Amino acid sequence: MGELLILLYIFVLATLAGREVISKVPPTLHTPLMSGANAISGIAIIGALMVTAAAGQLWVKVLGTAGIVMATINVVGGFMVTDRMLQMFRKR
Amino acid sequence: MENTITQIVYLISAVLFVSGIKLLSSPATARSGNARASLAMLLAIVVTLLDHEILNWTTVLAAMAAGAVIGGLLARYIEMTAMPQLVAVFNGFGGGASAAVAAAEFVRAGGSSPSLGVDVGVTIVLSTLIGAVTFSGSLIAFGKLQGVVTGKPVTFPLQKTFNGLLFLLTLLVGASLAHVAVADAVAPLVGMGGLEISGPFFLTLVVAALILGVLLVIPIGGADMPVVVSLLNSYSGIAAATTGFVLNNYILIIAGSLVGAAGLILTQLMCKAMNRSLGNVAFGAFGTEGQTAKAKTGERPVRDVDAEQAAMVLAYAGSVAVVPGYGLAVAQAQHELKKVCDLLEDRGVTVRFGVHPVAGRMPGHMNVLLAEADVSYDKLLDLDDINAEFDSTDVVLIVGANDVVNPAARDPDSVIAGMPILDVDKARTVIVMKRSLSPGFAGIDNDLFYMDNTLMFFGDARDQMTELVKEVREA
Repeated sequence: MGELLILLYIFVLATLAGREVISKVPPTLHTPLMSGANAISGIAIIGALMVTAAAGQLWVKVLGTAGIVMATINVVGGFMVTDRMLQMFRKR
Repeated sequence: MENTITQIVYLISAVLFVSGIKLLSSPATARSGNARASLAMLLAIVVTLLDHEILNWTTVLAAMAAGAVIGGLLARYIEMTAMPQLVAVFNGFGGGASAAVAAAEFVRAGGSSPSLGVDVGVTIVLSTLIGAVTFSGSLIAFGKLQGVVTGKPVTFPLQKTFNGLLFLLTLLVGASLAHVAVADAVAPLVGMGGLEISGPFFLTLVVAALILGVLLVIPIGGADMPVVVSLLNSYSGIAAATTGFVLNNYILIIAGSLVGAAGLILTQLMCKAMNRSLGNVAFGAFGTEGQTAKAKTGERPVRDVDAEQAAMVLAYAGSVAVVPGYGLAVAQAQHELKKVCDLLEDRGVTVRFGVHPVAGRMPGHMNVLLAEADVSYDKLLDLDDINAEFDSTDVVLIVGANDVVNPAARDPDSVIAGMPILDVDKARTVIVMKRSLSPGFAGIDNDLFYMDNTLMFFGDARDQMTELVKEVREA
């Protein structure tokens, strides 16, 4: 099986897993779920690290570094603000 | 692909992401779910750093430190009312990062993707396209939410035709970048050779995608923002997943597609809550036709009350249902509202909150604001639960909500026909706290304001709520 096909399998199965896991979220948690998921989309940081790590050409370095900065903002900010929100959700 | 240990750590990280998201979907476990997802991210980052021979540690670490400081400060000091804007910005950065990575891969491959092979070429094009659309679209969404860009739908003649042509252009340019045969066919048209077009065409792709992102979001009105924000969230996940295809990296694909799925589910929920299809939200430019309805406003008599009268009605009620809307967020009146509710509860009044799924500017916006004001989440009832209660509710207090309580939704001829609403008019008395009689984002008049059992309590929600605290205390 070709590499691309394996990647496609992973993509489809992970999407289905995502659907199953999230399908019943109470409205109370819509915002934290969204900002938490948003932080996870900062996974692009892995890609940015990979391209920057071995970057020789100037433009690769510039784009990769920009990618790292943006993705880190997304990851760190996203997880922190989600935690800040969830801290407030309490039952009394 | 990387070595076995790295792969196994990525697998552990993937499991933590899935279970983290699962925990995020229940209030009691949500916080640990978020912690688990952050741990997954940390693991993936550390193992990636260790696995690669890093030529420029200084650059990498400095970039990460800069991002962490900016993100951390934003997360720590942002007002809860500004949460939709913040989510939009973070989202844009996620999409931007994916596009930047794809572009870097393109440059690294010698700036000519036909030499990459079709599969890599296609994925680079897709990830650049989706990432760039997410980036510029999210920034426009941020602008609209922040009030920098007008919240009204922006339309111009032949908009759809123009968008369609632009999209065709990106497809054509993308296909030429991805496949050498297309490149050879298209290149002579612009007077170049098959390999020469790569650089200029790639730039064209980036610019066209950025413009496309802007054009997709500007025609969407303020009230539809919950849909747009969750859709863009989905895009940022898909962009990350396509970047995973470019780099042959499993964890990018898994995490990215989880986010893509989450965003799509939320988008569907939001569309359902407005009884509109996604296509209708994206291309409807909702709210433009409403300008004519404005003329009717103010011609019919309303009953208005002051803080003292409103306080009396509330204080001597048996049960009160509060319906918060975006006006509450704008006025930042959630803490004062909580004080009023506490005072009422001290007097033995049952207080509950009815939250419409699309109240506010992002999914669950009102829940966050009320949580910030320390309202227990089990007092927040969703649409179906609170609708079953209005019959037996003495007083409904509406704070800055409009379209979600407009009975016109039951009229098949109305522009908001069929939208699920809160049936507040079934309660004995309705108090509407609002600045004026002006229509909401749907642009239509609200019959609720003119009903016999409705009392209008005009003014800024925060000022009026402060007054109300004083009056309820004395009542």
